[in-house]
Amino acid sequence: MNMQQTPSTADAPSIQTAVRTDSATDTRVEMHARRVSVFYGQKQALFDVDIDIPSKAVTAFIGPSGCGKSTFLRCLNRMNDVIEGARVTGEIKLQETDIYAPSVDPVQLRARVGMVFQKPNPFPKTIFENVAYGPRIHGIAKSKADLEEIVVNSLQKAGLFKEVKDRLHEAGTGLSGGQQQRLCIARAIAVSPEVILMDEPCSALDPIATAKIEELMDELRQNFCIVIVTHSMQQAARVSQRTAFFHLGILVEEGETSQIFTNPKDNRTQDYITGRFG
Amino acid sequence: MSEHIVKAYEEELRLLDSQIAKMGGLAEDMLGRAILALDRRDPELAEQAIKDDKAIDDLERTIEEQAISIIARRQPMALDLRQIVTVIRISSDLERIGDLSKNIAKRALAVANEQQPKQVMHGLKHIGLSSLEQLKNVLNAYSNRDADKAMKVWLRDERIDAMYNSLFRELLTYMMEDPRNIGLCTHLLFGAKNFERIGDHATNIAETVHYLVHGTAITEDRPKSDITSTSVIEYPDMHWKNGKD
Repeated sequence: MNMQQTPSTADAPSIQTAVRTDSATDTRVEMHARRVSVFYGQKQALFDVDIDIPSKAVTAFIGPSGCGKSTFLRCLNRMNDVIEGARVTGEIKLQETDIYAPSVDPVQLRARVGMVFQKPNPFPKTIFENVAYGPRIHGIAKSKADLEEIVVNSLQKAGLFKEVKDRLHEAGTGLSGGQQQRLCIARAIAVSPEVILMDEPCSALDPIATAKIEELMDELRQNFCIVIVTHSMQQAARVSQRTAFFHLGILVEEGETSQIFTNPKDNRTQDYITGRFG
Repeated sequence: MSEHIVKAYEEELRLLDSQIAKMGGLAEDMLGRAILALDRRDPELAEQAIKDDKAIDDLERTIEEQAISIIARRQPMALDLRQIVTVIRISSDLERIGDLSKNIAKRALAVANEQQPKQVMHGLKHIGLSSLEQLKNVLNAYSNRDADKAMKVWLRDERIDAMYNSLFRELLTYMMEDPRNIGLCTHLLFGAKNFERIGDHATNIAETVHYLVHGTAITEDRPKSDITSTSVIEYPDMHWKNGKD
């Protein structure tokens, strides 16, 4: 008798393989930028950036301080709008939407393109309220039960639920740094965004908390497009499928992560990732 | 290429590079001695070559330990990563070349007092010198990071294969002529095979140099002409097989 019968039903859950290769990257483009330049007053900080950011993958932006990587990240959900004197030119599309079109409401846009910052910044509210806030102001939850479901779901997706399920009504600020960061990720995904931007999300965390966030990113990329700015090249190499290297406001090189870290095409990339920048 | 910001890293990579140079020099010397020992029937040279192998083995271990330590401590990227992989691969090829040379030297000792067929010995010296030349050229290609030169070595291995084929046929013929030749000829045949294998290791190194410089593997197939694995040589007087008797 065959002891290992394979399930014959067509709707059997698919088995997720442990091996995730670069070729598994969804090639669909989530965000598309052309000739994007940013000016702070008279000073140009970013020069004609062209890039396609794939869905369901992690894209890492690397480069030395002041290279424009965070500036470009902030263009992707119009965070530069709030900076005095900042001006963005060029075109950025989120799927078919031109995100700088006059008809686009930046607040609505930020529900589709969420953001997680370097320092965990939970609201001075309970854990529950931190996550419930977004769905509530965007009118996503239809009922109280609905809202609770969204909160629990988001906390689960952020890998935090087990740790906080008995203290959902305690202050979010009472959590550890790593937990606070995962709370911020739960808050970002509660409004079902398409893209999650992360600006050095682990630089204030210890290695264990960092590993948890990295594991989380690997899970989240099954459903979201993730863009991360990081100063740690090892982190970029670990978590991303594609890497873009910025230098002096220019997007120097963009490609498959394994290619960038073994055989970069541009000497500036080579010098930076091998620690040779003078 | 500018230098690393961290000077100790730069020095560690340089040290690895100089150790490969040293190991390559030792392998060349050893192979040269093995060839001479065979050619001049010189047991002292043979003994020396056999002794040299230990230094090469020790160096391989040291290089490997240092390379692993750099990976662990510095997480090399891009060209540095390829450099480390290259050093590990080349040292392992050189270690094999050392072993093969040692084996040739041992066989040189074993046959030193026997009557040797001149033509075969001449052929053996020739294939030996060709493999030595390949080794020298490929080590130069490595130290100059010259992928074109490495490619030339890669393509020239075919000549060594051809020499080996003809030695193979010749030695088999001697054995057939007189079974008393079998002992000597077997040693010489293994010697020839070892030279041919050394040539193959030189081409491995050539491929590694190509990878180091260009970051990609050589994708085309190398022209190979060692056909001895599939050769059958008929005994000339096998009457009973043909049913002539």
